[in-house]
Amino acid sequence: MYRIVQKKTLNPQVKLMTVEAPAIAKKARPGQFIILRVHDEGERIPLTIAGFDRAAGTITIVFQEVGRTTRALGQLEEGDSILDFVGPLGIPSHTEGIRKACVIGGGLGTAIAWPQAKALHDLGAEVHMICGFRNKDLVILEDEVRAASDRTIITTDDGSNGVKGFVTDQLKALLAEGNEYDVVIAIGPLVMMKFVSQMTKPLGIRTIVSLNPVMIDGTGMCGGCRVTVGGKTKFACVDGPDFDGHEVDFDEAIRRSSMYRDEEKQSDEMHQCRMGGLSNG
Amino acid sequence: MADMSLKKYPIPEQDPNQRNKNFAEVSLGYTEELARKESARCLQCKNKPCVAGCPVQVDIPGFIAKIGQGDFEAAYDVLKSTNTLPAVCGRVCPQETQCEERCVRAIKGQSVGIGRLERFAADRHMEKVCEAPLRPSPNGKKVAVVGSGPAGLTCAGDLAAMGYAVTVYEAFHVAGGVLMYGIPEFRLPKAIVQKEIDDLRKLGVEILTNRVVGRAETIDELLDEEGYSAVFVGTGAGLPSFMNVPGENLNSVYTANEFLTRINLMKAYKWPECDTPVRIGKRVAVVGGGNVAMDAARSAKRLGAEEVSIVYRRSEEEMPARLEEVHHAKEEGIRLVTLTNPTAILDDGKGWVRGMTVVDMELGEVDAKGRRSTHAIPGSEHDLAFETVVIAIGQSPNPLIRQTTPGLSTQRWGGIIVDESTGATSKPRVYAGGDAVTGAATVILAMGAGKIAAKSIDELVRSSEA
Ligand SMILES: Cc1cc2nc3c(=O)[nH]c(=O)nc-3n(C[C@H](O)[C@H](O)[C@H](O)COP(=O)(O)OP(=O)(O)OC[C@H]3O[C@@H](n4cnc5c(N)ncnc54)[C@H](O)[C@@H]3O)c2cc1C
Ligand SMILES: Cc1cc2nc3c(=O)[nH]c(=O)nc-3n(C[C@H](O)[C@H](O)[C@H](O)COP(=O)(O)OP(=O)(O)OC[C@H]3O[C@@H](n4cnc5c(N)ncnc54)[C@H](O)[C@@H]3O)c2cc1C
Ligand code: SF4
Ligand code: SF4
Ligand code: FES
Repeated sequence: MYRIVQKKTLNPQVKLMTVEAPAIAKKARPGQFIILRVHDEGERIPLTIAGFDRAAGTITIVFQEVGRTTRALGQLEEGDSILDFVGPLGIPSHTEGIRKACVIGGGLGTAIAWPQAKALHDLGAEVHMICGFRNKDLVILEDEVRAASDRTIITTDDGSNGVKGFVTDQLKALLAEGNEYDVVIAIGPLVMMKFVSQMTKPLGIRTIVSLNPVMIDGTGMCGGCRVTVGGKTKFACVDGPDFDGHEVDFDEAIRRSSMYRDEEKQSDEMHQCRMGGLSNG
Repeated sequence: MADMSLKKYPIPEQDPNQRNKNFAEVSLGYTEELARKESARCLQCKNKPCVAGCPVQVDIPGFIAKIGQGDFEAAYDVLKSTNTLPAVCGRVCPQETQCEERCVRAIKGQSVGIGRLERFAADRHMEKVCEAPLRPSPNGKKVAVVGSGPAGLTCAGDLAAMGYAVTVYEAFHVAGGVLMYGIPEFRLPKAIVQKEIDDLRKLGVEILTNRVVGRAETIDELLDEEGYSAVFVGTGAGLPSFMNVPGENLNSVYTANEFLTRINLMKAYKWPECDTPVRIGKRVAVVGGGNVAMDAARSAKRLGAEEVSIVYRRSEEEMPARLEEVHHAKEEGIRLVTLTNPTAILDDGKGWVRGMTVVDMELGEVDAKGRRSTHAIPGSEHDLAFETVVIAIGQSPNPLIRQTTPGLSTQRWGGIIVDESTGATSKPRVYAGGDAVTGAATVILAMGAGKIAAKSIDELVRSSEA
């Protein structure tokens, strides 16, 4: 069992938790993730390692409540325990030789992008960060992001916080200013990553995206997380989750990510109605 | 006087049309009476040809004689003295190519039902006896085992019995390896595997789940920082193979590993009470001809598929699956589409499967390995309709351990290279066995390798003390 030592609500749907997992904390590096299971009938779901404290032996996760498992997780409190918590999985992000980077987080992708920005920043790179949200209520980790970047641009689709518009517009503006990036790192919805990659490809700017397909084991055993990169089948859990955005077959990834949409909806509705029943009875 | 009837006493089974709708065990096992009758078919041969066919040399006439005498617990003790997991082996060993193939009774008629009798004695012990195994006195030495499949569990059990403090590191949230996440409940009830694992814990073996060696601790760290005298690697062959045909990444194309893991380990058959779903569709194709293919096909049927086909490139005779599994699958209404090979998986236009293009095959000459070659018949391509495709054409070892363990030599295809007589790898104090060494094989071979390594590790530790 893995004890929750801290819980914070970042916005109505997004929570941060710090969890005791010394063996993982000892080895974790930015870009890696864990897989957890909340209870015995539960699904295994992957979440990015948003932070780690080797001395305290803890791992920080930030998650959005989108379905059955993330909602069940959100109901746990400080002092409660998570049943299973395994990691660190995946290949750490490459940080060598990067002097200037533009890191883009789309919505919750900000939580995944932030530790990567922080790692680069700590290594002395110049980091520009663009974080896009639908509206001001969904903005997360603003202070953390500002602390980890030399320049921070927050965008909202409706202009309710920061600049109005999409992250790609801001990237275009930064490039137009003459910024020369060694790398653009884009993390967020697949469509956003697709558009960023399409924009940087003709300019020849190296672009890294972080893919999050459905996973089960996270160790390369099931093949459920397969994605096509450069025409070859890769397993996101062991070959990724970071990939060259110019090589990723985004259309296939988008199609595969919807595979269980009906089941997820049904499962979540049933669960919520069961919980509703409980609290009413 | 031996019972000279030519056939095995039939083992009670669930009716095929009933069982293909549930996940309860197919075979119900011998009753005491049937077991004693079957045991009387054994001639108690002096030269014991059957024993030579068993990879762990179970004293077959020995345990069968005890069953005949009605001393079932003594029969169990005989089994247990060389076989760590008799309840498992009695169920899943490919007996027809091992012990039973060599049985003299098989020359005329059917062999003695060795597997069934083994299972009977083991089940009987589990039902009636619940005393904890004796804990040996500790010898003060620590050994780490990586992977909790049959190879790792056997090695851990043998070392613990010698007094070692054994810690097993397992990547998954449950121990048992393929016995838990691969072989389905209807063939090997999980409660049986769990009981064996609980017994190991009582023996003092510590099992740490959720630990991926190579990502968290490495083998070098286990040896140099954690103070283990030796490490046994029993990480299996979990990496799925693909056919490399167009359409393999369409939605509703599964590897057998994913399909069976969703069903067995994550209990997708209970969805939506359990959270993990699986997509079945009306018509399911399973590509392959081994035990894995049979298990996937029979699981699909149980989950409500109307039509399940096993698509295999050779003929039924060449199928590597256990005879009994092929027989059971056919009884349950699984279609065998043999001498057929997929060349493409077809898109329904929305990213889901609508079928496969397949080509007819013919068998050719026998090759050096004794297998008949196959050739596609030109111009025989045609389409078959399916909503789900499960690929069960083999697995190879996961690269994680070899990528993170300097000094460990492996074959080109990924198998760890060992000295077969000791289980020693190219790296000092590191031993290996099971599917991680041989590629996908059998439970009993994995156990045999675990035993050999336990013995060698003990010798290593003793010699370094001297
Ligand atoms: C490597 C990796 C890292 C991730 N890191 C984070 C993270 O740091 N924080 C976080 O909140 N989420 C992260 N995710 C996504 C997270 O795993 C999913 O949100 C989670 O599995 C949803 O489970 P659920 O049971 O709550 O919802 P479900 O009922 O399974 O799904 C509900 C909704 O979420 C969508 N969804 C399901 N699985 C995924 C997925 N893998 N990715 C995106 N959408 C999905 C479904 O389409 C559906 O609309 C990560 C995924 C991967 C693969
Ligand atoms: C569906 C199916 C049906 C089968 N049917 C039969 C049958 O009827 N009869 C038969 O004899 N054989 C059968 N087999 C084959 C048999 O199950 C295997 O040969 C046997 O389980 C191999 O044992 P093992 O201990 O080498 O590996 P496994 O059972 O594969 O166990 C390896 C364990 O190591 C863990 N692991 C891997 N990497 C790491 C790591 N880095 N760190 C920590 N842990 C790790 C894995 O999670 C796993 O639990 C079947 C196999 C399958 C898949
Ligand atoms: S362990 Fe397997 S091969 Fe050996 S006697 Fe038992 S069933 Fe036969
Ligand atoms: S060969 Fe057959 S009959 Fe002879 S001892 Fe073995 S099981 Fe009995
Ligand atoms: S999650 Fe199973 S192979 Fe990646």
